[in-house]
Amino acid sequence: MFVLIGVLLVIIGFALRLNPLLVVTVSGIITALIGQMSPLAILEAFGTGFASSRSVTTFVIVLPVIGLIERMGLQQQAKRLINKLAALTASRILLSYLLVRQVTAAVGLLNIGGTPQMVRPLIYPMVEGAAEAKHGPLSERSKDLLKGSAAGTDNVGAFFAEDIFVAVGSILLITTFVDTAYGLKLQPLELALWAIPTAVVAFILHGFRMLRLDAKLDRTIAAEQPKVAS
Amino acid sequence: MINAEPLFWLIGALFLTFAALIARDQENPRRVTSALFWGLIGASFIYGTWVQAKAAPAWILGVVVLVIAALGSSKRTLRAGVVVTTGPPEREEYAARFGNRLFIPALCIPVIAVAVTLIAPLLTAGGKPIIDPSAATLLGLGLGAIVALGVGIAMLRPRPVTVPLQEGRRLLETIGWAAILPQMLAVLGVLFTQAGVGKAVGTVAAAVVPDVLIFGVIAYCLGMAVFTILMGNAFAAFPIMTAAIGWPVLVAAHGGNPAVVFAIGMLAGFCGTLCTPMAANFNIVPAALLEMRNRYGVITAQLPTAGLMLVANIVLMFVFGFAR
Repeated sequence: MFVLIGVLLVIIGFALRLNPLLVVTVSGIITALIGQMSPLAILEAFGTGFASSRSVTTFVIVLPVIGLIERMGLQQQAKRLINKLAALTASRILLSYLLVRQVTAAVGLLNIGGTPQMVRPLIYPMVEGAAEAKHGPLSERSKDLLKGSAAGTDNVGAFFAEDIFVAVGSILLITTFVDTAYGLKLQPLELALWAIPTAVVAFILHGFRMLRLDAKLDRTIAAEQPKVAS
Repeated sequence: MINAEPLFWLIGALFLTFAALIARDQENPRRVTSALFWGLIGASFIYGTWVQAKAAPAWILGVVVLVIAALGSSKRTLRAGVVVTTGPPEREEYAARFGNRLFIPALCIPVIAVAVTLIAPLLTAGGKPIIDPSAATLLGLGLGAIVALGVGIAMLRPRPVTVPLQEGRRLLETIGWAAILPQMLAVLGVLFTQAGVGKAVGTVAAAVVPDVLIFGVIAYCLGMAVFTILMGNAFAAFPIMTAAIGWPVLVAAHGGNPAVVFAIGMLAGFCGTLCTPMAANFNIVPAALLEMRNRYGVITAQLPTAGLMLVANIVLMFVFGFAR
């Protein structure tokens, strides 16, 4: 039971915002010591663990080509595509973005989106512009609703579609871990296939929520209006 | 039989090349230690071949991994250099010029990876597969990346031709220590498993969860979400919950399909990522970037989707994961 202290250490370390690399390494060593592993066995575990999990870091091989096409305007081209798709209400822009985010993440283009690259410079300004065209200047409260929805759509789209791409870290972590620990021979492609149902459900559920965003914004704004006696 | 080792050598060589570029970066005051960090990772990828084959002592690699972790833990040893790239106006021009052709190199990667995975089992010599089936996807990915790079260079004609290496180095330096975190979390998973953490959680779970399939599925998915909320990372939660419930209860005892159980289990963890301030780069940094009044505003916006998706994942795993 005392080995659960290791889990606690990870939680505390992350809560204190210490460098995750440090937290993980130190918690690993302390847990192993509590589990009565010898120092040599711990070093060997670090060595074999690192060697057998090298496939997790395979994504590095795609960096040169991704860097090249980014330099040549990949993100700008993605923005042009969204501009063509959206017919300008907050709901429709975010629904289109959800679709684009999921499709690009599913083919491994995870870095095309993200709040710094896409939401802040492009998606949120479009959403705010569309809403202000309809309602006039927005309150901070209404803006927060739209901002949260825009960043949330980016996360939901990425999380529930990235696993369809076979070489994403989480898929490779699953195969590496279960193959090492339980002697299975799982193909990354099988796991990627079984990520598809969740991706479809995520599009339906979150897409439905985003479709209702226009109505929700109407209600938020109506609730802020001072009541006028009729 | 061709295994994944050639790919790991290629990745190792890439890390070493990046390290050499960083070592020559006069502008970076921490270039020596930064280059050492990336160089040691590259060397470990190559030395790892012999560790994997049990032909070289693993403890030496263990020491190197600890040095890598130490170097990566401090801004005083690992710092990103500044790599000159194109600005937004130039990129707009390129986008107008190349249009949707820009997606072609990117699409080469998944198309070739999937094609190699599907074709590999058909290639046999004397009844034995030429390509190790468990390495087919990885080799396909490596081949896809090489072809994509060739296509990209031929189509976009960057000057000088070494531009992709500089851009790749720029991206890797932006990622920084986080590039090696998934691998360190996998190591943590191995240590946790050897020390018996999963068993301890499993003992607790067995005491409270009734031995009925649906409750097992709920416990695994909910546990993935809760541990992810606590630790901020589904990768760290996965080895613990899998050793506690996923493997012993769902796969070993109830005969679940491992691909379905583990794939959807990880996605259940992602529902937790949507709910936790611990996953700062997804939930807190965006709120700051968008100058929101409420710093938990992104999480608030995500909560309903996260709850619905957790239920959906439980249902999907229960329906598709178990033959009946």
